[in-house]
Amino acid sequence: MRIPEHIEAALAVHRRGFLKSAGLLAVSFGAFGQAADAQTAPGPYPLVDPRKLDSWIVIHPDNTATFYVGKTDPGQGTGTSFRQLMSDELDIAFEKTTCIMGSTDITVDQIGSGGSTAMERDSWPMRRVAAEAGRVLLEMAATRFGVPLDQLTVNDAVVSVKGDGSKHVTYGELIGGKKFNISLTGDTAFNVTGKAKTKTVQELKASGHSVLRDDIPGKVDGTTKWAADVKLPGMVHARNVKPPYACAKLTGIDESSVKNVPGLIKVMSKGNYVAVVCEREEQAVQASRQLKTTWEKPATAPFPASDDLFRYMRAAKATSVSQATPGDVVGNTETAFAGAAKTIEAEYQVPFQGHTAFGPAHAIADPSNGQMTVYSNDMKSYGMRRCVATFLGMPQDTVRVVWMQGPQGFGRTAAEDAACEAAWIARELGRPVRVQWMRDEETAWDTKSPAFVVKLRGALDAQGQLVGYEYHARSCDHNHVGYNEPETVLVAQLMGRRPATPAAGTSATPSDMYGIPNRRMTGDVVALPAIWETPLRTGNLRDPNGPQSIFASESFIDELAAAANVDALEFRLKLVEARASDDSGYRRARSLAVLKAAANKFGWDRRPSPNRLGNGKVLTGRGIAYSFRGQTIAALVAEVEVNRETGHVWVKRLVCAHDCGFVVNPDNLRYTVECGALHGLSRALYEEVRFDTEKVTSRDWFSHPTLRHADVPEKIEIVLVNGDPNPNRPDLAPYGAGEGSLKPMLAAVGNAIFDATGVRIRRVPFRAERVLAALKAAKV
Amino acid sequence: MIRLGVMAKINLKVNGSPHTVEVDPSTPLLYVLRNDLDLHGPKFGCGLGQCGACTVIINGTAVRSCVTPTSSVKSEITTLEGLAHNGQLHPLQQAWIDEQVPQCGFCQNGQIMTAKAMLDKNPHPTDAQIREGMNGTLCRCMSYNRIQSAIKKASSKTAGKVAA
Repeated sequence: MRIPEHIEAALAVHRRGFLKSAGLLAVSFGAFGQAADAQTAPGPYPLVDPRKLDSWIVIHPDNTATFYVGKTDPGQGTGTSFRQLMSDELDIAFEKTTCIMGSTDITVDQIGSGGSTAMERDSWPMRRVAAEAGRVLLEMAATRFGVPLDQLTVNDAVVSVKGDGSKHVTYGELIGGKKFNISLTGDTAFNVTGKAKTKTVQELKASGHSVLRDDIPGKVDGTTKWAADVKLPGMVHARNVKPPYACAKLTGIDESSVKNVPGLIKVMSKGNYVAVVCEREEQAVQASRQLKTTWEKPATAPFPASDDLFRYMRAAKATSVSQATPGDVVGNTETAFAGAAKTIEAEYQVPFQGHTAFGPAHAIADPSNGQMTVYSNDMKSYGMRRCVATFLGMPQDTVRVVWMQGPQGFGRTAAEDAACEAAWIARELGRPVRVQWMRDEETAWDTKSPAFVVKLRGALDAQGQLVGYEYHARSCDHNHVGYNEPETVLVAQLMGRRPATPAAGTSATPSDMYGIPNRRMTGDVVALPAIWETPLRTGNLRDPNGPQSIFASESFIDELAAAANVDALEFRLKLVEARASDDSGYRRARSLAVLKAAANKFGWDRRPSPNRLGNGKVLTGRGIAYSFRGQTIAALVAEVEVNRETGHVWVKRLVCAHDCGFVVNPDNLRYTVECGALHGLSRALYEEVRFDTEKVTSRDWFSHPTLRHADVPEKIEIVLVNGDPNPNRPDLAPYGAGEGSLKPMLAAVGNAIFDATGVRIRRVPFRAERVLAALKAAKV
Repeated sequence: MIRLGVMAKINLKVNGSPHTVEVDPSTPLLYVLRNDLDLHGPKFGCGLGQCGACTVIINGTAVRSCVTPTSSVKSEITTLEGLAHNGQLHPLQQAWIDEQVPQCGFCQNGQIMTAKAMLDKNPHPTDAQIREGMNGTLCRCMSYNRIQSAIKKASSKTAGKVAA
């Protein structure tokens, strides 16, 4: 089965700007055996061999190149950055390249996206293979001209003989349309390498510059074809009928209730999974709402109500203890607390927060030729291929996933639900099927970021030095849904499948570079009463435990600074300076640089918090918070206005200093950092999953609110820091950037509210009613 | 709630071209645009008129096509695909590229169409008016700051033209 032309075009969106002709992809595949077969043949669809150079790079006769990478770009511009790095390693102009991403039968398996790994981990094999292609091309030119390699020079895909202007040849002339037939060493898409060395930072050309993102024009003029837009001949539309309560057992379906719905094809069910299929989309919507189903409630409540969650979590028995990481336990806190001049303790709470993706889950499955093609925005398309194949009991090679653009990533689309549903219905019906969740399904039933309760205790000596620190986090994360698991994807749960063992979940400790002589940090996990077929199922959301753990730890550090009557920045700087040694990524030195850069940009005046209260309706204050994610360091300073009469909080000004090593695309990086911080602001101010004892009650944009235009700070400043002790070192590496700036945001806002009002609010979100109640209780 | 019954022929004018579709009259306009006319600019985000992903312009007003019955539409519909003229992007679209506005981009149809309807009525909005006018159009990647910058940029360009 051939992929329809408009989808094929969408796969090559990156050709925009220089290759207007829609024929490019066809030409390149036509001239290139393997890819051509994959595009047009009826299957099977084996994975692409990462050990072959031809799997990664195709040089065309017109001296352009197409890169094939196993990543997906959920909107941070990583696809453009891959092109920048690979173009540089290949010695070809960025404008002459295109990049195809994440379709399982034409690009190597680099998993897809997640964990901010795009630059830090997965750009390296891309660079190595591009450098290798350049090396091979140079050797071909040496043979052609009969000169040694050192007599050649290469510039923008043209190889010339030094000192002889008449002798030059383009890459396209050397190999255009033909295969390299070069094997790489290594056995996976992560470790493959050729003989060529990658370039130093100083040798890169396009990398390091703010090249415009290649996916933006199509998203602005309406020509991008998204996964949601796929339309296949004979395609029908399905909608789910979700259980009305968690753990509900389906006891009956009255099919006569929908017999008058025009276009109805079938009511389908298996276990507790129910779907309706119609010829047209609006018909499926109507049928799903009109279908009469009866359900039996579970004998016991599946979970406590959201108002009772933290009491429940405190009292629950831990299902697992999270493994300590190095540095979690230092010295002896008991002795430190026994000898302390002052001790303080506090408990911080973060509720479940939803992904609430802007577009609900959707996928299209085509069962033609006994194979299965899935069109999806799943950020980990390779995992989805395995998931769908296993779920349906089909051989892996009969399934392929075509990754296309979609609404966000952030973890939800790595635990994507619609594809297995679409594939199951498509196989049962023998027709292409489009499954689309509705808003209430997505907001209620998407995977959730785990709720946390964190208890903290700190000991100060007579000089106000922090001598003891205890952190114990408890997360509600048992049975955490993993990436594309055929046993835990919601349709599998509803159909009664279960893995042998539920995932233990995690309860992370904070990531900072504080040198505290006596420190003890632990975490454990608790379960809700029901763990299957419930909308309160946890999954990875943009740094899965980071915002929760750092909200607690960075707010509490602020409390300790205030208790010691020391400026919050100074208190942190001293703690980092007190760290005895640095690590291999220089995170101590870079933490100091980032904290100082944020404070300098803000114009931080050193004084203890809280600020002196004004008399007016609006109180202002500033807060700082810092953390790292992997090797990436971020510090935020938020200036808030707190309305004393309404409790409304506005972050008026936001400064973020960020060090992620070598910067491939400064403008894209700044923007990703900004948007990540604002995602954190949304979670700080608004986001919370609400539920009664049988169902989630926050089901739309009013009941699970999000940040809006009016909430945006008046001024946002992003400072890109290179705090490496040797900032110009040739091997400076790029680190991740998708998550670092989100992590400290909740604490930065809470600290600013404290600075403005003298009131410490230890639970997010800081919605107006919660803030107002806290202010009134404190008589502010 | 949709109550589908007898199909009827409905005439629509979209982006300058006439179309006749045979659908139930209560079908939300969004599905007709996307599925019958293959205009994929407008997106499904909520089906509740809350997020703006499905926005089109009718009679100069930004309309949420997911809650608009097709039979109620009596005037010409403009979608994202209809903003460019003679191969020239609308100043807002160009500003969106210049300012590199989208992250994932799924909401940007709603942002651009809502901004266009706003600027058509008020070519030079203040910052406060932009925030207010755009406040019902959501973005989950949090691209708000650059959206607001792009609107200002497009509005100042329009100002230049008027002055010239």
